[in-house]
Amino acid sequence: MKLFRPPVSVTAGRFAPSAWDGGAAAIVLALFVMIAAAAHGMLAPLSTLAVEPVSLDPVNLPYYALRTTVRMLLALACSIVFTFTYATLAAKSRRAELILVPILDILQSVPILGFISLTIVGFMALAPGRVLGAELAAIFAIFTSQAWNMAFSFYQSLRTLPGDLDEACRSFRLSPWLRFWRAEVPFALPALVWNMMMSMSGGWFFVVASEALTVGNTTITLPGIGSYIALAIKARDMTAVVWAVASMALVILVYDQLMFRPLVAWADRFRAEQTPGAPAATSWALTMIRRARLIRIVITAIARVVRWLRGRPSVRLPRAPGVLGRLLASRAADRVWAAAVAVVALLAIWRIGQFVSTALSVADVVTALGLGSVTFLRVAVLIALASVIWVPVGIYVGLRPQLAAAVQPAAQFLAAFPANLLFPAAVVGIVHFHLDPDIWLSPLMILGTQWYILFNVVAGASAFPGDLRDVAANLGLRGWLRWRKALLPAVFPYYVTGAITASGGSWNASIVAEVASWGDTRLAAHGIGAYIARATAAGDYARIVLGIAVMSAFVIVVNRLVWRPLYAYAERRLRLD
Amino acid sequence: MATRTIQTIAGEPILRVKGVRQAFPRGDGEPLLVLDDVTFELRKGEIVGLLGRSGSGKSTLLRLIAGLARPIAGAIDYRGAPLSGPASGIAMVFQTFALFPWLSVLENVELGLEALGLPRDEIRRRALGAIDLIGLDGFESAYPKELSGGMRQRVGLARALVVHPTILLMDEAFSALDVLTAETLRTDLLDLWIEGQLPIDAVVMVTHNIEEAVLMCDRVMVFTANPGHIARELKVDLPHPRDREDPRFREIVEAIYVEMTARPMSRGAGHAVVDRFPGMGIAMQLPRISSNLISGLAEAIAGSPYEGRADLPEIASELHMEIDDLFPVADTLQLLRFAEVERGDIRLTDAGKAFAAAEVDERKRLFARHLVAYVPLAAHIRRVLEERASHQAPKSRFLDELEDHMTDQYAEATLRAVISWGRYAELFEYSDDAGAFRLEAPAS
Repeated sequence: MKLFRPPVSVTAGRFAPSAWDGGAAAIVLALFVMIAAAAHGMLAPLSTLAVEPVSLDPVNLPYYALRTTVRMLLALACSIVFTFTYATLAAKSRRAELILVPILDILQSVPILGFISLTIVGFMALAPGRVLGAELAAIFAIFTSQAWNMAFSFYQSLRTLPGDLDEACRSFRLSPWLRFWRAEVPFALPALVWNMMMSMSGGWFFVVASEALTVGNTTITLPGIGSYIALAIKARDMTAVVWAVASMALVILVYDQLMFRPLVAWADRFRAEQTPGAPAATSWALTMIRRARLIRIVITAIARVVRWLRGRPSVRLPRAPGVLGRLLASRAADRVWAAAVAVVALLAIWRIGQFVSTALSVADVVTALGLGSVTFLRVAVLIALASVIWVPVGIYVGLRPQLAAAVQPAAQFLAAFPANLLFPAAVVGIVHFHLDPDIWLSPLMILGTQWYILFNVVAGASAFPGDLRDVAANLGLRGWLRWRKALLPAVFPYYVTGAITASGGSWNASIVAEVASWGDTRLAAHGIGAYIARATAAGDYARIVLGIAVMSAFVIVVNRLVWRPLYAYAERRLRLD
Repeated sequence: MATRTIQTIAGEPILRVKGVRQAFPRGDGEPLLVLDDVTFELRKGEIVGLLGRSGSGKSTLLRLIAGLARPIAGAIDYRGAPLSGPASGIAMVFQTFALFPWLSVLENVELGLEALGLPRDEIRRRALGAIDLIGLDGFESAYPKELSGGMRQRVGLARALVVHPTILLMDEAFSALDVLTAETLRTDLLDLWIEGQLPIDAVVMVTHNIEEAVLMCDRVMVFTANPGHIARELKVDLPHPRDREDPRFREIVEAIYVEMTARPMSRGAGHAVVDRFPGMGIAMQLPRISSNLISGLAEAIAGSPYEGRADLPEIASELHMEIDDLFPVADTLQLLRFAEVERGDIRLTDAGKAFAAAEVDERKRLFARHLVAYVPLAAHIRRVLEERASHQAPKSRFLDELEDHMTDQYAEATLRAVISWGRYAELFEYSDDAGAFRLEAPAS
């Protein structure tokens, strides 16, 4: 079989449309129409929002879903651009790394929902009198929920490019530009795609909060699923909530099938090491893209542009010559730089302290710390409960490949569902049975995040080696002994990864989940999440800062003292390869 | 063949390595010197082999020539100009192949040409030419993971040759392949070289396989370790194709073995036996050699037909061990005074013969006695544990001590080696969970 074929358009057979072309053309056309409609809405003058307020009529839902989807896609595109620049800078420059990585570490474990309202004014000023300004603010809000873990994964991939590939790149003198596209991006892709999926799930959480923006006394409500849900909750319209859930499920499903499945299947070939026997990811959409000739023509054209871009002989960064160059590259200069960073950080802390201390007293800090402990307790109990339930289930499922194949997508799908959707049921139930919101609101926090535990454990159990299974059977291990000595240690590393994600997500979710409302009924639990939510609603920046600082401190301390040692232990003792 | 010989004589130097030193930083104080005062010239039309034990700096030198690292002293001139970074006329073939798993065979081969910014058509034409030359036709659209090791290394070769380098560098290019595949690939490459089909002027290859070096090279540089330098240069002027059974071939192989087992010159004259591991006293770097290998080699030498004295090339081929596997075990036997290695031979001492003949418990007792007597670090750990009231000591106590003298990696490897030997000798206990040494095993 020869690789070379004449150019796409030459051979007659190449133009004969295949069966896949029909479906592909329909989807492509539909996408064009939808993007045009959404763009039209985005560029409309601001006054149209007042003329056409969000309505609960389900007829509008497809359009709202479209607007939300486009918003999330744009946010994802921004996140990718951010990832490629920020993470690359952090990985390539020792000095930039010193600042950028800790910032990223904090950003990815901290909810910055509270700060979103600060940025709105700026975005509104960018496009005065147009919906665009508010759109940009909403997109930025979603972006902040997506970008960090993507950037972090990309940074880690850049730092772990295998040594021999690095030497091959250098030995063949690939320009930094070529190296980036040929070696680094492909190497990072599988992890990046996975993180994009997680980011998308995280983004849904923020959609509800980001589509209703408050500037001073006016609230701008952008048309979208998020504002539809908010309105439905306010109006106590259960039918509308059900409609919203249904359309959201549909959107998530379409996203999954049209975007992430193909991406995962396509990214599969970039895996540096192929575990033998691991089933290759499949996607009907990818098959369609590959089979449909029209689409392939488009893709070939895009590939040509990409290749042209990649082929640009890039300018090598000039280095400062002679003594100055050596001086700049020296260790001493590094220390000067580190000292400068430390000074700026101290100044920033002092400045924040000053800002907060004018508005707050020690008692406020004590209150916030107390509330932080309450939320900590809540997260700890919930993770423990979720582990007790999902670890056995996950192992059971993971050991049965067919069951696992059915459960994995379902769990990923459920992880994308924001807790807000269950508020009505929770509030009605709590009020009806006179329950304590401090306890009964808590499950909402882990609603979306518990699935990470499940699907990581399923993945771990699926990877349980056949020979160990056989030997366990051969030795007659059964019951608790089999679990304790064979199964649990084998899935532990996977479990830890899942639990870290779940715990981080639960902290984030507490802002949304510790306060729930249904019409006029508002329920609030005690906790740092409710504290931040309240401060955000009141526009009390000092308390937002304090609340977020306390939450960040808790998250970071828990990560360092609990998860990191557990993770290190799992890496050291329990890895199977 | 004749033309090659003439070229060797007439060829002008393409590469000059002059007084090159290289060192790596360690825990504190002096950096660890891995290459010292290495000087040689590479001429047009020759294949030069760099041969030595692991740790003799031969791979480090190859990386310096590739421009992947810079020496701390000395200079490397390529075509009369000092080398600064990877040069366009020097291409490398890697031991691990270093193929990009997401690129097809064709794309992998094209990569180096893309970096040169050549026009699309020419890239394609030359890549297909190289693929054809190296016997990869039909595999253009395959991905590396679909290929066998031998085919992968062919891609590595095609990728290096396609840029038409002046010098081809090979870093143990055949050592990750099975014996048969490696032989086929070597022969194919040699045939192309002799027929003048390769677009290159000279080859530098690193290997730890002595026969491979004698089979392929015009000159062999034998490296000794600590710090690595060229101990001897041997000319191989046998005509191609060379026959491994040719007495002159065996002679050269034997000469290289003798060279590689020669006693280091610099150590104290009073020593009857000289240890080959770098560092003195407790700071000696130890290799992680399993006690099974130590016993196994001692038994093999004690048994027939060797009866206590073996020719290294002979026993290496009988045990199917390459020198990188065999030498560290032989050196460990020597360290423990169970054997002496010299002039290409290994001879068991009386203690070594007793060790080889003993039953399990007696063997362990003998091993423990020699371990305490001749491995200062093992004796040191035992003494510390005895002196302490708790009879316990954390791993970090010894690790810190070692890191003063060697790199962190070597410190960790050395401690691991002594832990494994100490466990076998039942000299002390070590718990990885607690990260601590104990005198006795826990009672339970």
